[in-house]
Amino acid sequence: MLSTNALSFAYPGQPELNFADFECRQGEHWLVLGQSGSGKTTLLHLLAGMLTPTSGSVILAGTNISRLSGKAVDKFRGGHIGIIFQRSHFIKSLSVEENLLLAQQLAGFPIDRSKVSGLLERLNIVHKLKSRPDRLSVGEQQRVAIARSLVNTPKIILADEPTSALDDLNCEYVTQLLEQQAMEMNATLLIVTHDGRLRNRISNQIHLN
Amino acid sequence: MNILTLSWKNLKNKPLNLLLNLVLFALGAGLIILLLLLNHQLDDQLRRNQAGVNMVIGAKGSPLQLVLSSLYHIDSPTGNIPIAKAKPFMRPGHPLIKTAVPLALGDSYEGFRIVGTSPDMLALYHASIAQGQPWQHPFEVVLGSGVARSTGLKLGSRFHSSHGFVLDDNLVHEDADAFLVTGILKQTGSVIDQLLLTSPQSVWEVHGDHGTETAPHDSTAVTHHEGAEAEPEKPLYEYEDKEITSLLIQFKNINAQTLSLPRNINENTDLMAANPAFELDRLFSLVGSGEKTLRAIAVIILIVSALSIFISLYASLKERRYELALMRVMGASPDKLTGLVMLEGLLLAAMGCVFGFMLGHIGMELLSGYLEKTYRYPFTGWLFLPGPELQLLGGGLLIGLIAAFIPSLQARLTDISETLAEN
Repeated sequence: MLSTNALSFAYPGQPELNFADFECRQGEHWLVLGQSGSGKTTLLHLLAGMLTPTSGSVILAGTNISRLSGKAVDKFRGGHIGIIFQRSHFIKSLSVEENLLLAQQLAGFPIDRSKVSGLLERLNIVHKLKSRPDRLSVGEQQRVAIARSLVNTPKIILADEPTSALDDLNCEYVTQLLEQQAMEMNATLLIVTHDGRLRNRISNQIHLN
Repeated sequence: MNILTLSWKNLKNKPLNLLLNLVLFALGAGLIILLLLLNHQLDDQLRRNQAGVNMVIGAKGSPLQLVLSSLYHIDSPTGNIPIAKAKPFMRPGHPLIKTAVPLALGDSYEGFRIVGTSPDMLALYHASIAQGQPWQHPFEVVLGSGVARSTGLKLGSRFHSSHGFVLDDNLVHEDADAFLVTGILKQTGSVIDQLLLTSPQSVWEVHGDHGTETAPHDSTAVTHHEGAEAEPEKPLYEYEDKEITSLLIQFKNINAQTLSLPRNINENTDLMAANPAFELDRLFSLVGSGEKTLRAIAVIILIVSALSIFISLYASLKERRYELALMRVMGASPDKLTGLVMLEGLLLAAMGCVFGFMLGHIGMELLSGYLEKTYRYPFTGWLFLPGPELQLLGGGLLIGLIAAFIPSLQARLTDISETLAEN
C-alpha cells in the first residue's frame, strides 16, 4: 500500500536526511518515532507529496507520487490521503460542517451531507456541526480534524503528532478513535510522534535518528 | 460550498474591513456617477435651451451674462436697448436673419420670469398651447407648464407681477393692471416651461406708472415712458421710443457674413452681439475645471480604495496562510487559490460599484430638489447612462482585479510544507 525507496531530502543549506526503506500493507497501523529534529514531519510531508524528495520515491497505492506534477499530486492527495496535523487548522470563516463539505469538494467528490453528519456522529461531535471551529476545545478540534481526514474514505491516514497537545484522557480517546476508524475503512494508519504514551499501543514502529 | 460562497464568507468574516472597503469604493464610484449625471443633464439642458439661436443682441456688458439671461434665464440682463437702434434687425426682410424674437424682461411672478415677447418665441422652443389661446392684448399671459404646476394659476386666473426676479412682497406692482391667464403651454422640457409669456406692451405698461422711480434691480427692468399707449396692430419695431432687453436671432444660413456680423455689431453700434455656442463653450471650460477637480478627487478615492482592498487582502492572507496550505492539502490546485483571492477582490469591487451606483443616483435625486429650486431646471437621479455607467463598472472590476493580483500570487506561491510545519 505504502512503500519508500531510498528516500532522501535536503533543506537548502542543511545536511541531507536519508530515510530507511519501509513498507506498510493495507490496513496496518504504524508508528514513526523519533526526537524533535529527526525529520519526522519531513518524512510525513514527503509521504503526503507535500515535499518532493531530492532522490528516491514514495509509492502509494501503486502510484509513484514523487513523479506526479504539482497539480496532479494535489488531486491525488485530496482523493487518497487523509492528513491530521499536530495543531488543527480550519477555514475560520466556515462552520465545522462546511469545512468537511469543502474537503469533499476540493478533492473532487460529490457533496454528501449525510456522510459528514454520520462521521461526526461516530466521532461524538455531531452537536458541533454548525459551530465555528475556533469555538471548540482543543480535543474537539482534533476530533473534527480526524473527521475531515476521513471524509473522503482515504486509503491511507497520516497523523502528525495528533496527541501531543492533549491530556491523557483525550490522548487515549483520540488514539482509540483513529485506530477504530482506520480499521473500519481498512485504511493504512501511520502516526508520526514522539509521544511515549503511544509506544505500547502500536507494535509496527519505524525509528528515526 | 462553491468558491464564490467561500470568498464571500471570507470577506464577511472580517466585517469591519469589508465595511471600510465598501464605503471607500462606493464613495469613489458614487461621486463619479453623480458627476456624470449632473454633467449630462446640465449639458443637455443648456444645449436644448440654445433652441437654434445663432446670436443674441442686447445692451453692452458681459456677453456670457447676456446669453445666460436671455437664453437660460438664470442671470440678470445686461440692460436694455432702444428699439430705434435694434430696428434694423427686427424688420422683416433682413438679408441674413430668419427670425428675430424680442425679449422684454424685468418682472416676475413668484420667482418665475415674465417675458414680453412675440409669438415667434413659441416656435423657437417648439412649444404649443395645451389649453386656452396665445396672448393677444396687453396683460394677457400664457404660462409655461412648470409655472402652471408650481403656482397653481389656471385659465382665467388674475395676478399682479412683481418687480425684478426675486420673490419680494414689497416689489409687487399693486397699482398696475392685473395679468390674465389666457393659455397654458404643453411641457417641452426646456426653459420655456419656467416662463410666463406676454406681449412687450404689457411689460411697458406695468412700468408705465412708475415714471423714473428707481427700484432695486432697476438695471434688470425695462424702462418706460409716461403715458405710452400700446397699439396691438402696430409692428413692434415701430415703437421707436420704447426699449426691449434683447433679441434672439436665427440666421437664414451660416456663412462668412453671419460669422462677421457679431463683430460688426460690437464694433460699430452701441449694441452687443453674443454667440451662444461660443459663450456656452466658454462657460463649460470655466465650470469644467471645477468638475475636473471633483473627478480627480473621485479617482483618488478609487485609488485609495484599491490600496485598501490590496492591504486587507494581503493582511488577511498572511493570517490565512494555514488555511490556504490546508486547502492545497485537501486537493485544491494553486489555480484555485489564485481564483479564490481574485474573486474576493472582484466581489469587493462589484459590491462597491453597486453601492456606489445607488449612492450616486440617490445623491443626484436628493440634490435635484435643491438644483431645481436654484436654477428652475428639472433634474433627476433616475436617469441612467448605460454607456458611461457600464464603463465605470468595468473600470471598478478592473481595480478589484489589480488590487487582488499580488495577494493572489502570494496565495499561489504558498509553500504548503513549510507553512504547515510551523507551529
